[in-house]
Amino acid sequence: MSDASAHETGHGHAHGGGHHPHVVPMWLLFGVIGILLFLTVVTVAAAQVDLGGGANVVVAVLIASVKAAFVALYFMHLRWDKPFNAFILLLSIFFLALFLGFALLDTSQYQDSIDVRYAEESIKALKAAQPAAAH
Amino acid sequence: MKDNYLTHSKGFLSWALTLDHKRIGLMYLVATLGSFFVAGMLALVVRTELWAPDPTIISADRYNQAFTLHGAIMVFLFIIPAVPGALGNFVLPIMLGAKDVAFPRLNLLSFYLWMLGGAIAVLSILSGGVDTGWTFYTPYSTEPERLGVVMMATGVFILGFSSIFTGLNFVVTIHKLRPPGMTWFRLPLFLWATYATALIQVMATPVIGITLLLLILERTMMIGIFNPKLGGDPVLFQHFFWFYSHPAVYIMILPPLGIISELIAAFCRRELFGYKFIAFSSVAIAAFGFLVWGHHMFTSGQSTLMSMMFSALTFSVSIPTAVKIFNWLATMYKGSISFETPMLYALTFLFTFSIGGLTGIFLGALSTDIHLHDTYFVVAHFHYVMMGGGVIGLLGGLHYWWPKMTGKMYDEGPAKLACALVFIGFNTTFFVQFVMGSQGMPRRYYNYDPSFQIYHQVSTVGSYILAAAFFLMLFYLLKSLATGRQAPDNPWGASTLEWQCSSPPPHDNFSTTPTVGDPYDFSGMTYDPQIGGWRPKGAPAAQGAA
Repeated sequence: MSDASAHETGHGHAHGGGHHPHVVPMWLLFGVIGILLFLTVVTVAAAQVDLGGGANVVVAVLIASVKAAFVALYFMHLRWDKPFNAFILLLSIFFLALFLGFALLDTSQYQDSIDVRYAEESIKALKAAQPAAAH
Repeated sequence: MKDNYLTHSKGFLSWALTLDHKRIGLMYLVATLGSFFVAGMLALVVRTELWAPDPTIISADRYNQAFTLHGAIMVFLFIIPAVPGALGNFVLPIMLGAKDVAFPRLNLLSFYLWMLGGAIAVLSILSGGVDTGWTFYTPYSTEPERLGVVMMATGVFILGFSSIFTGLNFVVTIHKLRPPGMTWFRLPLFLWATYATALIQVMATPVIGITLLLLILERTMMIGIFNPKLGGDPVLFQHFFWFYSHPAVYIMILPPLGIISELIAAFCRRELFGYKFIAFSSVAIAAFGFLVWGHHMFTSGQSTLMSMMFSALTFSVSIPTAVKIFNWLATMYKGSISFETPMLYALTFLFTFSIGGLTGIFLGALSTDIHLHDTYFVVAHFHYVMMGGGVIGLLGGLHYWWPKMTGKMYDEGPAKLACALVFIGFNTTFFVQFVMGSQGMPRRYYNYDPSFQIYHQVSTVGSYILAAAFFLMLFYLLKSLATGRQAPDNPWGASTLEWQCSSPPPHDNFSTTPTVGDPYDFSGMTYDPQIGGWRPKGAPAAQGAA
């Protein structure tokens, strides 16, 4: 990665050398925005149908992921960029998934004991309320 | 004296608006050491209060605020920014052979964000103080009477941006500004460590930002996220907090690990044993650092399954850490070791950091952690890592690069004495805390059972010795600025690029592109008694003379 042009160091020289920005044709940008708008309509439509079992969330997240991929690939030029930048993006997504995955796994593990506690408290509250109601 | 970065331009604005990485590094150094002084004074207050079980010098509420501020200032205003912000900023571009960092303006912005965040965090004292501990655990931090929490969290949120910008700058600088010949495996190991740190800064710090923002939203808009009264989950806060704050431990310790690599190579005058292993172990520590945050939560209500997973993952961190320690020892073996002050700090580091690492094994094991959690054993462990590792490494680096930064040599006598006092004071303060922690003395308690008093008194005496060492250090370093001998270009005989430029370096670091070679090849240098330093073999004898 180190090359002669990269050595143009110092104040204001970071963009020197042979930096040629990639130009994306307008038809492609309009095409992508068309796809994004279409997928937004699909998201709204899918939300109207009850797919049951949490499938609505899965569908919504899948559509959102496809849209995010289009934005990253075309609007953010990732498709024409160095593979290293794609690697960094995927690594960030991996860490996010890792964090959410571990945290949610933990929550689901101890949720039962919280539910039991809530149930006990509710029963206690009901019992306390019953004698009062009997009077 | 030759033109250098200190004399290149004059006046307040030439410093306040400077884009020179060296001046920004120096400003970070002064500011972070100022924070260290404030937090150190608070530590002395805490230790003095604990001299006797009953109220000694401050009330219980003030005590809670004092240890919270001590922790928050030490972590967020000193240890996290000190090595990357001060030494990293000063040394990284020169060591790399570049004229500056990739984004000098962003670098200055990082410094001002640090100032702003620090000011807001400290001002939180005026809005009622913060007594939650530096971890801001919910539900303490969401209780309405704790008004200072919002301000402190806002300050830390801003400090996070400073850290992200510094990390981003260093990643781009190392990728894009290397001169011809500076391949990845010719990078000095301090730069590998700084690179790994920068990756953590960029990838983990946003999480603490989000966490504190959610905390602020919960407090100000009553949205139930962490507070169980509003339907939130306090354990989730701990997941959020430690997902950043455990990697943050590696932000604190990785750069000092890099410094130690430089010191051991320079003062043993040997090629580092296992260069690639040490380089990759920095990246491995950074990667593993993301996978172990749950070991702070074994007693939080976290599920058993997760605790088991985190315990197993925690032990894996010891592998890359041990790789470094054993490679350093192998480098020292049969090396031509000279015991100048920076090397004494490197040796101190090996002792104290190893104790810190090994006691982490007790805390990473579920069965023992249940008993040791929230006791002084934990306090001793993390001080052995953060101070015995982080601060001692920083002091080693400070003494190593001081001649380069200031152009002045300090007196070796008082410097060695201060190092000895740091070693004695540090171990007296904290080793005894392992003992009382293992006997059940809880951390953060204002009052305690009289049977623990002797341990507390030994610890307090140790803290005074430590304070005396730091005042001695302040004295001889300031004295060196006034009356110190002019530093030669290369006082230690080190072979990385920063020693090729003058002391202090010129404004643009190098007038011509430096020749990049093996960073640990010491064969091309010879000691010149006339200049009191080293010069390349074959160079004119008077070069770099005082």
